[in-house]
Amino acid sequence: MPQLFTPRMKMADLIGANHSLILMLPRLNIPLGFGDSSVREVCSKCGVPEDFVLLISNVYSFDDYLPTVEQLAETDMSPLVPYLMASHHYYIDERLPHIGRHLQNVADRVGEKYGSVLTRFFADYQAEVRDHFLCEETEVFPFLQNPGTIPTRFIDSHDGLIDKLGDLTQTVYKYLPGNILPDESIELVFDILQLSSDLEKHALIEEKVLLPYAQHLAAKVRASASGTNHGRRATRKGGTNGR
Amino acid sequence: MGVKLSILIVEPSEVVVEGLKAMLDGEKDFHLLSPLHDAEGLAGRIGAMAPDMLLINPTVSGCMDRRQLAELRQHRPAMPVVAIVYQYVDSAMLAAFDAQLDIRLHRSEVVALLRSQSQRVVSVPNAAGEAESYELSERETDVLILVAQGLSSKVIADRLHISVHTVNSHRKNITHKTGIKSVAGLAMYAMLHNLTN
Repeated sequence: MPQLFTPRMKMADLIGANHSLILMLPRLNIPLGFGDSSVREVCSKCGVPEDFVLLISNVYSFDDYLPTVEQLAETDMSPLVPYLMASHHYYIDERLPHIGRHLQNVADRVGEKYGSVLTRFFADYQAEVRDHFLCEETEVFPFLQNPGTIPTRFIDSHDGLIDKLGDLTQTVYKYLPGNILPDESIELVFDILQLSSDLEKHALIEEKVLLPYAQHLAAKVRASASGTNHGRRATRKGGTNGR
Repeated sequence: MGVKLSILIVEPSEVVVEGLKAMLDGEKDFHLLSPLHDAEGLAGRIGAMAPDMLLINPTVSGCMDRRQLAELRQHRPAMPVVAIVYQYVDSAMLAAFDAQLDIRLHRSEVVALLRSQSQRVVSVPNAAGEAESYELSERETDVLILVAQGLSSKVIADRLHISVHTVNSHRKNITHKTGIKSVAGLAMYAMLHNLTN
């Protein structure tokens, strides 16, 4: 078992151990400038439940860490939906437009044939990401905040979204003319790889936290409705999305 | 190279788990995930941990039946499921597993068994490290053009008068050779290579 992060560790040490965790902070409304305060102190100052922050940090950082259902049931999950919504906002309104601008610069210079293929691929991709998130935001998040009617499924596979980013980076560095905007192309590839790795972590949080937690809530809803916890369980949809 | 095969052990006995861990410790191409001691919520856990291979005691948590195995396979169809055997298990039940790991096996036999199962998961690069050809064959190009048009494997099979299995095998080779996985990505590849308009 990995040595998990604990409340007494310094917040700065968590970021030192896994730089990507810095992306998590704004989604939890935790500002930078926390000095040498511990996770507990930072969370208490910002009014964010420390057990939730540690849960997300540990899932984000340790690939084989899987919280138990009991642990999820005991954790204050009130920031889950705001956290996921903030992640969606970051992808849709910040990262994808940023990548889109770089891509457009490259597309404008590589000639009509290459350029139009690239921009069309990316426009379709953005639309697919939007649809994916919108589906979660309208069907699943309301259930997490106010469990009532159980959605038919809780999460869709993110594999298709992640594969397409891989396809885009490969296309940029393998098949576009290499002498046009090399610096911008490299920057573009790095930006896409960073987004891809963050999306993978986002998918892990949905699989390891959202899904079991939603199933736990659904079981409670069924139990209170019928006095039994038997019945059909909504689950993850198959991983063929966009393949 | 450098592809590690992640293995999940589901076994109630600590002695057996620790024994297997010790046996596989020096094998650089295997990566052991944190073992589970029961099959509680196993399908979900497998979805989350995404192991490449599952070693499981068929008697865990009051018996793994064929239905449970089939469910597991739905989550990860390419994942070999190996039975850890040291108690009596019905032979019909055992037949449902991809392989059996008898705990009395010698260490080298255990490693060989797991490695032979791993061949199903990872296509190991040829030992001599020879450069493979990444040129698409004529038939693969035909398939790629139709995939890029958004046609299903079934329709492509009918068009080219070959079996769906053959189409899927071409598709696998196309992805292996180009590194491109999605249909949209392959369509982009086809256009950039003047294979479609």
